[in-house]
Amino acid sequence: MAELKLFRTSSSPFVLRVVWALDLKGIQYDNIFEDLSNKSSLLLQYNPIYKKVPVLVHNGKPLLESLVILEYIDEIWKQTPILPEDPSERATARFWAKFGDDKVLPSIWNAFIKQGKDQEEAIVTAQENLGCVERQLTGKKFFNGETIGLVDLAFGWLANLLSVFEEVCGVTLIDHEKFPLLLEWIQNFADAPIIKESWPPRDKLITRYQALHEVHTSKEAPK
Amino acid sequence: MAEETVKLLGYWASPFALRVKWALKLKGIQYQYVEEDLPNKSPMLLQYNPVHKKVPVLVHDDKPLAESLIILEYIDEVWKQNPLLPIDPYERAKARFWAKFAEDKCGPAVMAAFSKKGEEKEKAAKEARENLKTLESGLEGKRFFGGETIGFVDIAAGWIGCWAQMTGEIIGIKLIDAETMPLLDAWFKDFLEVPFIKECMPPQDKLLEHNREFHKILTAAST
Repeated sequence: MAELKLFRTSSSPFVLRVVWALDLKGIQYDNIFEDLSNKSSLLLQYNPIYKKVPVLVHNGKPLLESLVILEYIDEIWKQTPILPEDPSERATARFWAKFGDDKVLPSIWNAFIKQGKDQEEAIVTAQENLGCVERQLTGKKFFNGETIGLVDLAFGWLANLLSVFEEVCGVTLIDHEKFPLLLEWIQNFADAPIIKESWPPRDKLITRYQALHEVHTSKEAPK
Repeated sequence: MAEETVKLLGYWASPFALRVKWALKLKGIQYQYVEEDLPNKSPMLLQYNPVHKKVPVLVHDDKPLAESLIILEYIDEVWKQNPLLPIDPYERAKARFWAKFAEDKCGPAVMAAFSKKGEEKEKAAKEARENLKTLESGLEGKRFFGGETIGFVDIAAGWIGCWAQMTGEIIGIKLIDAETMPLLDAWFKDFLEVPFIKECMPPQDKLLEHNREFHKILTAAST
């Protein structure tokens, strides 16, 4: 049987994408939990450039970068495909996954760590980006249609972290009036079988992000 | 006729549009080229790429595709001759990894060295050189990233060699040199000599002049 190891943490957005993809396809693997403040020598050996998780090691060969790993998984294990077959649909899926990582995530993180007027501006940018994403859900249950696909997995962090960010910061990023489809998607994704089995516990996320928020906002506080 | 079904919206000095031109040339795909006047973007561009409003955009059978690396993958999937990506899934994952590294770490670092002044410029140049040295390791001693012939990473990263050289001339700091990065230096020289690569390059003197002007504007703005 193929040897498959996943170097991970319990709730990193990038790790969870890989966990969900493997679980959706029913692939067996060993979890190796990393303490990011004390990275194992194996992790540093497998990912010397970025020194990050996730790293998927398949028969001794390391795969790095979560979206690259997802494409690899889809190419090796053909059951429950996460990318469509049609090339232009695949290009569209890759486009939105990239948009999520390049624009949505940084803008929401920005809104999370800033305060006052800076935060207000960051929220406007984040909501503009989310508006683009909202429109992609028109007439669909998931970004991939009736089933979960690459873009859903890529945005999965939004489903478990958004309400955490909102609670920790005391702001509302996504409201029912402007983002009804996104809110519905969040619910559908969180309720989906397999996905919900690897759902990070909310209380742990609150604690973690509360701490992160304190660190970042004390750095940013005006002198 | 084939030419009417493929259209590329680009800009003569854009390295990202150049990637797509290279891929189309390599595969012998006929297309209609539309030069965009970037300070006055056409309604067609804004319609085809409403999210980013940027070139390149490839339009195939009226379907617009944006983001150059995603366009490269699309071209490779639709037109199978002279493949860009390897067949083996692990090799494909490595290629995607290095293309992403070049995109995320090398390109922006070169741009930062190009657009900053004084101490910030020195710091950015140092980072650019370090990242380029790392990129060199992706060659694994081969002539091209694709092996004996041009592949995905060569086309993705090839512009960096040319632009790094120009930046070096403009800012007075060498970013790629034969002493510390002999393989990368050899690679970018070999790359630019490949006939189909050379044929698509914009006139070097015009490009250098254009970038000198651009540099003046950027460094005046950062005062």
